[in-house]
Amino acid sequence: MLIFVARRLGLMLLTAFVLTFVVFYLTNLPPNLEKLARSEGSVRMSDEAVAGWIEQNGHGGSVFLRYGQWLGVVPGWTRVDDKGVARGRCFAAGTDPAAAPRYCGILQGNWGYSTFAKTQVLPYLSGMLASTGWLMLWVMIVMIPSSLVIGVVAGMREGSRTDRVLSTFSIATTATPEYVSGVILVALLASPVTGLSPILADWGWISGRTLFLGASSPDNITFWSFTLPVMTIALYGIGYIARMTRASMTEVMTAQYIRTARLKGVSFRQVVLKHALRNALIAPFTVIMLQFPWLLNGVVIVETLFNYKGFGWTLVQAAGNNDINLLLGCSVVAVFVVLVTQLISDIGYVFLNPRIRLS
Amino acid sequence: MADWDPSKPILEIEHLSISFFTRLREIPAVMDFSCTVMPGEAMGLVGESGCGKSTVALAVMRELGKTGKIVDGSIKFKGRDLTTMNDEELRHIRGSEIAMIYQEPMASLNPAMKIGAQLAEVPMIHSGMSKSDAWALARQIVADVRLPDPDRIINSYPHQLSGGQQQRIVIAMALMAKPALLILDEPTTALDVTVEAGIVDLVKELGEKYGTSMLFISHNLGLVMDVCDRICVMYSGEAVETGNVTEVFDKMRHPYTQALFRSIPLPGADKNARPLISIPGNFPLPHERPPGCNFGPRCDYFQQGRCDAADVPMFTVPGGDRHETRCFRWEEIDWDAPPAKREVKEKAEIGPVVLKMEDLKKYYSVSGGAFGGGAKKVVKANETLSFEAHEGETLAIVGESGCGKSTFAKVLMGLETATSGSIMLFDENVQSTPIQKRNTDTVSSVQMVFQNPFDTLNPSMTVGRQIIRALEIFRYGTSDADRHQRMLELLDLVKLPRAFAERMPRQLSGGQKQRVGIARAFAGGAKVVVADEPVSALDVSVQAAVTDLLMDIQRENRTTLLFISHDLSIVRYLSDRVMVMYLGHVVEMGTTDQVFAPPYHPYTEALLSAVPIADTKVIRKRIVLEGDIPSAMNPPPGCPFQTRCRWKSQVPGNLCETEVPPVQVLEGGHQIKCHLSREVLAKMEPVIKVAAE
Repeated sequence: MLIFVARRLGLMLLTAFVLTFVVFYLTNLPPNLEKLARSEGSVRMSDEAVAGWIEQNGHGGSVFLRYGQWLGVVPGWTRVDDKGVARGRCFAAGTDPAAAPRYCGILQGNWGYSTFAKTQVLPYLSGMLASTGWLMLWVMIVMIPSSLVIGVVAGMREGSRTDRVLSTFSIATTATPEYVSGVILVALLASPVTGLSPILADWGWISGRTLFLGASSPDNITFWSFTLPVMTIALYGIGYIARMTRASMTEVMTAQYIRTARLKGVSFRQVVLKHALRNALIAPFTVIMLQFPWLLNGVVIVETLFNYKGFGWTLVQAAGNNDINLLLGCSVVAVFVVLVTQLISDIGYVFLNPRIRLS
Repeated sequence: MADWDPSKPILEIEHLSISFFTRLREIPAVMDFSCTVMPGEAMGLVGESGCGKSTVALAVMRELGKTGKIVDGSIKFKGRDLTTMNDEELRHIRGSEIAMIYQEPMASLNPAMKIGAQLAEVPMIHSGMSKSDAWALARQIVADVRLPDPDRIINSYPHQLSGGQQQRIVIAMALMAKPALLILDEPTTALDVTVEAGIVDLVKELGEKYGTSMLFISHNLGLVMDVCDRICVMYSGEAVETGNVTEVFDKMRHPYTQALFRSIPLPGADKNARPLISIPGNFPLPHERPPGCNFGPRCDYFQQGRCDAADVPMFTVPGGDRHETRCFRWEEIDWDAPPAKREVKEKAEIGPVVLKMEDLKKYYSVSGGAFGGGAKKVVKANETLSFEAHEGETLAIVGESGCGKSTFAKVLMGLETATSGSIMLFDENVQSTPIQKRNTDTVSSVQMVFQNPFDTLNPSMTVGRQIIRALEIFRYGTSDADRHQRMLELLDLVKLPRAFAERMPRQLSGGQKQRVGIARAFAGGAKVVVADEPVSALDVSVQAAVTDLLMDIQRENRTTLLFISHDLSIVRYLSDRVMVMYLGHVVEMGTTDQVFAPPYHPYTEALLSAVPIADTKVIRKRIVLEGDIPSAMNPPPGCPFQTRCRWKSQVPGNLCETEVPPVQVLEGGHQIKCHLSREVLAKMEPVIKVAAE
C-alpha cells in the first residue's frame, strides 16, 4: 500500500513538472512577454526598449533557467538598471539584495506578483479557491446523491417506465453544455423580462423582480443566490453519473449472485440495498472522481456567467489580462486537483472492490 | 405446510410447458414435462445443453426472467401449486423450503459481501434469527460442509477461496434453512474431478443426514448414477424416458437413451476394435423441431408415417418401477441387439520419434501484495519434463487445473519460451525460439486445436475465409484458386458440407465450429497437433463424432496428437500413451494399459477413482482426496502430492516431505515418480472392476 502510494506520488510529481513546464513555456512565449512589457512599461515603447524591459525584468535568457527560477531550484535573477537600482526576483526594488533569499520560486511559497490583482498570487488565489470550494461543495452535495439515486432507481428495473423517464432526463441534461443550460436557467428563472419571474411578479407571488438571483457572491450563500450556479454545474454531472450508475446497476442486476440472493428469498428491496448497491457503485466511483477535474471546467463558465468571484473567474481574468504569474498559479492548482483526485480514486477503488489488486 | 402428508410426493410436476417470448416468436423450451420427486429421493435430470433441463429447475423456483412464461401445467410443491403463487408467498418458499445450488460458484456468490454475511442472511430472513445466532449457525454449517478453519472462512470474501471451497459455501448456503427440496444445477461442472468427487460425497451424505429431496441436473450420466435414485432423460424440451437409475441404465427403452450410452466412452470401448457410435445429425433448434417425435430425424428406428405423424405420449413400461418412455415403437425394438454399424478400424502404426523434450522447465515470476510490489515469487509451472512422442501416436496429457499442462502446450507452440531444457522437433531445437521467429514450416507443422470452439473463430469472417487465411500464412499453393481448392478439401476432410465455406461462425453449432478449428489446424499439413481439451466444451453426443474425426485424420496423415484432457474416460478410449501431471511434475507415464492398471501412482489412483462411470456393472473403489490442489505459487516441499496422498504412511521416515521422489522405471518402460517401494506398488489393487455378468 505505502509503496503503491509512494510510486503514484512520484509519478504525480513528474506529471506536475511536465504539465507546469508546458504551461510555463506557452505563457512565456515572446509575443506574450512583449505584450507584458507594453502593458507594464509603456504602450509607446520602441522595440529596443521592449527587449531591454524584458531583459531587465528577468524575462530574458533560456526558458529552462526561467522555469527553474519560477520553480525555485535556480537562484532568482538580479539586475542593476541604468539608474543603479538593484532589482531582482527575490526582493523589491530598492531593498538590499544581500538580505533576500537566493531562491524564491513556488517551492519557497513565492508564486509571484499578479499584475491583474495587484497583489501576491498565493493569498489571492487561495481566497478565490475558498470561494470556489463553497460552490463545489454544494455542487457535490446536490449532484452525487441525486445522480446515484436516479441511476440506481433507473437501473434496478431495466426497461421499465421509470427507467425510460429517468434515462431520458439523464441523456437530456448530459447533452446540454453548461453555457447552454446556464443561459436557459437564467432566462427562465432569473430574468425580469422573460421566463417565469415576470409572471410570478405579476401574480404577486414574489416580492423581488426575479425568482432567483442572476449573480451570486461567496459572502452571501443563500438558497436564492446559489441555486442557479449550482444547478448549472450539477445538471451536466447528474446526467453523466446517473448514466454510468444505471449501466453498472443493470449489469449487476443480471449477475448470478443477484439471482442467488433472490432465490434465497431476499426481498427485492433488500436485494437492491444489500446485494446490488455496493457492487453497482464501484464503477461510478471512478466516474465521480473523474468529474472533479471536469467541474473545474464547468466552474470557469458558470463563475463568469454568474459573476461569481472564484477560481474559474480568476482564470478567465488572468488569461484575458495576460497575467502570467496568476495563470501559472491557476494551472498548478488545476494540475494538482486532477492528480490528487486520481490518486484518491485509485485507492478508494481498492477498498470498494475486494477483488481488485493494483500492480 | 402442516397439512402436507409426508407419504405424498414432495414435488409433482404435471404437463409443464414453458415458453420464452421474443419479439419474433414464441419459443417453446419445455413441453409436456411431468415428474414426481418423493421425500428423500434424488431425481436426476439428464440431457444435452439446450434440452430444457435448467429451464425446468428455474421454473420450480419460478425464476424464468421477463421473457419466460409457464404456459401450461402445474408444479406442486408439498401439494401447493407454485405456478399460481404471488411474489410474497414465493419469497417464503425460496431459500427456506426449496434451495438451489448453481453451476458456477464464483459467479453465484456476491463478491463484495463476506461469506458469513451471505450465509447468515438466510435464517435472518426466514426464521427471524438474530444476527449473532445466524452467524453462529453459519459457522456450524461451514464446519458441516467440511471446510477447514470455519472462523477464517466466514470472515473472508468469495475470491479468497478456491473453486471447490466456494461450491461448498454455496451448498452451505442452501442448507442454512434445512430445505425440503434441493435443486442442483450442474453443481460440479466447473470443478476438477478430484474436487468433484468430494462435493458429490458431501451432497449424498447431507441428503441422507437431513432427508432432503434432490433434483439433480447434469449432463454427466456417471455422476447421476452416483448420486440419484431416479433419472429423467430429456431431449429437446421433452422428457423421453424416466425411471429408476439402474433400470434406465441397464434396460433403457428409448432410442435416444440408447444412443447416448453408445456415444460415451465406457471402460471396454476402444478406438480401433469398438469405436464409439456418435448420434448422427444435430440437435434441433427450439423453433425448428420436427413434427411428431423430436428425436425422429436422428433415430435409427425411425419409421416414416408413424414417428412423424403425431405427438408422442409417454408410455408406461410394465413391470418397471414407474418406468416410462416416449416412443411409439418401444415394444417392437430389440433392445439387446448389438449396434449394427460399428466399423472396426485398423490400428495405426507408430513411427519414429517426432518430438522429444528433455528436462524442460518453465518458471514464471509474479509479484504479490494488494498494491503491487511485495516479494517476487517463482511459479514453477513445469518441472523437468522429459518425454518422446512418435509419429502417428496419441499421447495424452492428463491432470487437473494448475498442473501445468497448458503451460507445456504454450511452450511447445512457442507462445512462451522455456526456462531451460530442450525441445527437439524433427532434430531441430525449437526450445528457445518464440513463435514470431519460427519459420513457416515449423509453425505449420506444430498446430493446436483449442478448447473452446466458440471463442477461437473470428465472428466477422466466413469459415472459408478463415481457413484460406491460415493457408496464406502457411504459404500454401501459388494462387488464390489453389488455396480455395485446398480449403474445400479441408472441409471434406473434417466432414463438413462445402457450402459451409460461405457461412459465418455464428451459424454453426459447437461441434461444427470445432470441426472448422480442426480444419484450420491441419491446413498446413501439421505433423504435431496439440489438442487442448478439444471436446470438453461439446455435448456428449457430439464429442464422440469429433473424437472419431480426430482419430481418422490422424490415421490418414500419421499425425502425432498430444491430447490434453482432464477426462480420463476419453483418454483411455483414444490414447496410446498417457502422461499424468500434478503441480508441474510428471508423476506417471506409460502406455494406456500400464497407467490404467496397477501399480498406480497414488495420484493416478485417486484420479481414476474420482471419475464417475455410467455403467452399473463397474465397481469403483472410492478414494476421495482431502483438500484442494496446492497453489503452484507455494508448492509443498518434497513430493508435490504428499499433502493429499493416502499412501504416505507406507514410506519410511519423512522422505515424502523432504525429497522430491525419483522416477522409478518399472517393467515395460512404465515410469512412476514416487517414493513407494516396488513391493508396495506391486500390492496395489485395481480401482475399477467390471463385475461379472
